[in-house]
Amino acid sequence: MKDRNMGKIMVLGDEAIAQGAVDAGLSGIYAYPGTPSTEIMEHIMRTKEAKEGKIRTGWASNEKTAMEAALGMSYSGKRTIVTMKHVGLNVAADAFINSAITGANGGLVVVSADDPSMHSSQNEQDSRFYGKFAMIPILEPSNQQEAYDMVGYGFDLSEKFRVPVLLRITTRLAHSRSGVVVKEKKEQNPLRLPSDPKQFILLPAIARKRYKHLLGNQGAFIVESETSQYNRYFDGKDKSLGIIACGIAYNYLMENFPERDILHPVLKIGQYPLPENHLNKLYNECDEILVLEDGYPFVEELIKSYFDLGKKVKGRLDGTVPRDGELNPVRVAVALGMEVSHKRDIPSVVAPRPPQLCKGCPHIYSYRALNEALAGLSKGRVFADIGCYTLGALEPFDAINSCVDMGASITMAKGAADSGLVPSVAVIGDSTFTHSGMTGLLDAVNDNSPITVFILDNGTTAMTGGQKSQATGKIERICEALGVEKEHIRVVEPMPKEHEKNMKIFKEEIEYEGVSVIIPRRECIVTASKRLRELKKIKQKETVGV
Amino acid sequence: MKRDIILAGVGGQGILTIANVIGLASIEAGLFIKQAEVHGMSQRGGDVHSDMRISDKEIASDLIPEGQCDLIIAVEPMESLRYVDMLDDEGWLVTNTTPYVNIDNYPDMADVMKEIESIPNHVAIDADKIAKALGSHRSANMVILGAASPFLGVSEEKLKNAIKKLFGSKGDKIVELNLKAFDEGRKRANL
Repeated sequence: MKDRNMGKIMVLGDEAIAQGAVDAGLSGIYAYPGTPSTEIMEHIMRTKEAKEGKIRTGWASNEKTAMEAALGMSYSGKRTIVTMKHVGLNVAADAFINSAITGANGGLVVVSADDPSMHSSQNEQDSRFYGKFAMIPILEPSNQQEAYDMVGYGFDLSEKFRVPVLLRITTRLAHSRSGVVVKEKKEQNPLRLPSDPKQFILLPAIARKRYKHLLGNQGAFIVESETSQYNRYFDGKDKSLGIIACGIAYNYLMENFPERDILHPVLKIGQYPLPENHLNKLYNECDEILVLEDGYPFVEELIKSYFDLGKKVKGRLDGTVPRDGELNPVRVAVALGMEVSHKRDIPSVVAPRPPQLCKGCPHIYSYRALNEALAGLSKGRVFADIGCYTLGALEPFDAINSCVDMGASITMAKGAADSGLVPSVAVIGDSTFTHSGMTGLLDAVNDNSPITVFILDNGTTAMTGGQKSQATGKIERICEALGVEKEHIRVVEPMPKEHEKNMKIFKEEIEYEGVSVIIPRRECIVTASKRLRELKKIKQKETVGV
Repeated sequence: MKRDIILAGVGGQGILTIANVIGLASIEAGLFIKQAEVHGMSQRGGDVHSDMRISDKEIASDLIPEGQCDLIIAVEPMESLRYVDMLDDEGWLVTNTTPYVNIDNYPDMADVMKEIESIPNHVAIDADKIAKALGSHRSANMVILGAASPFLGVSEEKLKNAIKKLFGSKGDKIVELNLKAFDEGRKRANL
C-alpha cells in the first residue's frame, strides 16, 4: 500500500505544470499573476534551481511583455514557459499569434488557464480557440500527472516543429491537488540562436514564407495528434453512442463508471488539432456522438462542420450539456441519460456570503471618501478596474460603475468625459496601472480629458495573493513622465485621521478640468500582516541565536 | 475504502489546514487523494469550500458528485449547511457552532441549529469555546478535525502523526496544543 505514494509529490495542477517544466530543462518562466494560473510561477520561485539563479523567475508588467520575453528566450535556444489566465491571453494575443508565424527555437510552451463558471474572472472564454487561431498544437491535460508530463512533451513537440505549443487547463485542474510521479531532471539547453537568422523577422516577404511553413506543418500536427499517447480510443460494444471527452471532462465521465464498465466507445482527447483517424472511426461506427468538454463547444462545433453528414452530435449546442458553466460528474451523468437522485435541498436559512474587502483594508476608506466627495453629483461616473477594489461594486459601498478589462478604468473614464460626463473618475490599482493603465493615461493627457484617476496603491498585487507589484515606488514619476502636471499628482494617506485634508484634495482634483491623479497609498492589510509575521519570526530566531 | 469530504468555512478560517492534515495522513496510509481548493476572489471573507476525496482505488473526478459526499467538515455553522445537497443519506455533518458573522443578514442561530439537527448524522460542537478553554483559540479547526476523525477512515495515529509533521516547525508547544485540541474534539464526537 505504502509504495503507491513512493516518489510521488502532492501538488496542485498548477504546481505539476511548474515542476514538469523545471524537470524538463526549463531556463525561464515569465508571467503576470492571474487566478487560476498564479501558482505556476510561485512554485518555480520556491525551487532550489530558481533560488540559485539557474532558472529565471519573476513577475512581468503584463502578459504581453511576458509572452515577448519568453519568445526572446526561445529565440536564444532555451526552454521557457509563459503562464497566464485566459483573459491574459487576450493581452498577449498579438505576440502569441505572431509567435506562431516566427515559430520557436528553444521549446516554448504557453500556458493559459481558463475559468469556466467564472470563479474569479469576468468571462469564461476558451483558450483552445486561440490555439486554433494561431494554428499551433494544443495540449489539454485531464489530470495532474498529465499536466506534469505534458510540459516536457510540449517542449519536445515545440522543438521538433520549431513552433510554440499551447497548454490549456481549467480552474478545477489548476487548483486541485493529487499525487504526481516525477521524472529525472533534464539539463537546460545551451544558448543556440536559430539556424535561419531571418526566422524571426516578420517583414511581409519573410512572413509569407513563414506562414506557408506553418500551413505546411498542419498535416504533420494532425499526424502527431493521431499517434499521441494523449489521444486514446477505447472501444465499446454499444455503438448507439460514441463519446468524445476532452481534458478534465474524461474524469467526470469515468466518475460515472467506477468499475470502468462503460459500454460505449470513448475517444479521450488531450492533444489538438483533433486526431482525424480516431474521429473518423468513432463517427463511422457510432449512431450518435456526445461531446463532453469544459469551456466552449469547441470540438462540438468542429465536428458538426467537419463531418456534417447527418449524424446527431450532442453537447452544449443542443442542450444535452448546459451551454455555460463548468462540467461536473452530475452534469455528465445527466447528459448520458443516467438517473441522478437529488437528496436534499440547501435550507433557505443559508444566506449568500459574497467576498468582501478585508477588515482594515485601505480601499474601504478610499471608497467611503470617494462616495462622500461625489455625493453632490449624479450617480454613474466611476469607472473601476480589475482587483480587490472591484468589490467596491458591492454593498455597503456601491461605489463603482464598471469593471471590464485590465486598464479600462482610465480609458473608459476618458471616453465618458469626452462625451460630456464631467467629472469622470477612474479607480485603478497600482499593479493594474502598470499592467495596462499607463498608455490610457497618456491618451487622456494628450487630449487633456477632464478625468480624475485614483491609483489605489497598496504596494502589491493583492487579489491574486500578494505578488510583487511592478509599480511600487514608481507611480508619481510615471504619471509625471506621461505628462500629468506635477501639482495634479496628489498622494494621500487613506486613513480616517486624514479625512478632512483628503476630502479637500479629492474635491479640488475632481473639480479640476484636466487630468489629475490621486494616489491613496497604504500597504495591503494582508501583505502587512504577512510581513510583520515574517519579521517576528526573524527576530525570534535572532534572539534564540544570541 | 472511499471517503468524499467537503470542508467548509469562510475565507481565512483555515479549512486548508484541516485538509493538509487529512492529506498527509492519507498519504501515509497509502491512499489515493484528490483535493480541489478555492483560490482567488472568494478567499476574501466569502464562503469557501474544498472537495477532498480519499480512496484505496484510483479517483477519477476532482469534484465530488452531488449526493455522494460522506462527510461535511465545517468550521462555521451556516457554511455547514451550504453543501448539504451534496451529502449522502448516510453521510455525516460535523460542524462548529460558533458563527462567523460578517454579513448583515446572517440568519437567526436557532434556525441554523434547527437545520443542522435535522441532518440525522450530525456532530455540532462549540469548537471555539473548547479551543479557548484549552488556551489556544487558534486551534478550533483541530478540535473540529478531532470531532470528524471517527468518520474519516484514516487511523487516529496517522492523523496525529500528520499534525506533528505539519506543526513541527512551529515548536513542541504548538504541536501539543493542536494534539490536545484534536483529542478534545474526538472525545466530544464520541459522546
